[in-house]
Amino acid sequence: MKDQVVLRIITKLLVPYMLVFGVYVIAHGELGPGGGFQGGVILAAGFILYGLVWGKEELHRFVPRRVTDLLAAGGVLLYSGVGVATMALGGRFLDYSMFNADNKGDGEALGMLLIEYGVGITVCTVMITIYDMISEPEDVA
Amino acid sequence: MFDVLLTDMVLLTMAAILAIAVISVRSLLSATMLAGIYSLLMAFIWQNMNAADVAFTEAAVGAGISTVLLLGTLVHTGRLTKQAANHVNWGALGVVCVTGGILIYGTLDMPRFGDPKAPIHTHRVVQQLAQRVGKVDPNGVHEPWQYNSLADQGGPFEVLADGEHPHPKDDFSGHSPNTVTSILASYRGYDTMFETAVIFTAGMALVLLLRRREPGADKFLHEVPGSGPQEKHTGGRVA
Repeated sequence: MKDQVVLRIITKLLVPYMLVFGVYVIAHGELGPGGGFQGGVILAAGFILYGLVWGKEELHRFVPRRVTDLLAAGGVLLYSGVGVATMALGGRFLDYSMFNADNKGDGEALGMLLIEYGVGITVCTVMITIYDMISEPEDVA
Repeated sequence: MFDVLLTDMVLLTMAAILAIAVISVRSLLSATMLAGIYSLLMAFIWQNMNAADVAFTEAAVGAGISTVLLLGTLVHTGRLTKQAANHVNWGALGVVCVTGGILIYGTLDMPRFGDPKAPIHTHRVVQQLAQRVGKVDPNGVHEPWQYNSLADQGGPFEVLADGEHPHPKDDFSGHSPNTVTSILASYRGYDTMFETAVIFTAGMALVLLLRRREPGADKFLHEVPGSGPQEKHTGGRVA
């Protein structure tokens, strides 16, 4: 679709804002509406829009399959890693207040932020992978 | 209250009309587009009920991503649905009616729509409105010492220790004014963790099932006895 001028220009204008907004929604999740899931989906929508207009090869140039695979696992690992870290600090699994013994509220905020990042990373990369797999051309063999 | 109800009724009527349209059009492309519009309408309805998080999800997932994914699927299938058999399946209709009846019966236990005496309005919302983390107070009260002077005059909170933020007692040390996030991330942290794991598993399953192997990467498959490519032609029937 990259030979259509309107689509190309609008995509170029929209995608950076979508990506920034997605990151904002993830990072702002504990204060406003949204969170890891919604922000991850918005991020993925930005990448998918880019891939729709410019083609999958161009999308893979920016986010190679190896990167999406690794990050999908990395998000889950970050989430469960936070749980393990709180256990290592002497608390229970996912007891975020352990991150800051002096000010439990700050520890809670840090833990929630980290797991929101984990959810966001996994959701974003898995959505890109789903789009990638579904838009695969049919096997001829 | 009345305008919220009115808006809801208009939106829900439109959603119902759209839902009927989705199942009655034969063109799959039109059905996909109508489903996207339906999701957008539902996002309006959630936002009208001040459920911003749900509206967000509905707009991003329902109207955005799933429309794209359905369109992607449409490329691989036909453009029209098969001509449906023109008779009523009484068994299915009965099951649907009974399930709907049970769901409606379940709502009878809930408070009336917009009831000011509902528990959420007398407990949770009061505390949430008094929450000051992440907000600029119209009276300029956002420092703990200012807050403590209010608490001395009989405010809804106890006096704060140093470095503590004013917050309802049960919202995880006051650092998440968004109730939805504090419940999902903290109170139901395990649940959310395994939801993330489910999403990850879905992605990996797709990769395993649909991704083409790079040339040369499948040579190990042929080393398994009986799974070589020549086996395809020996036992198979010629169509």
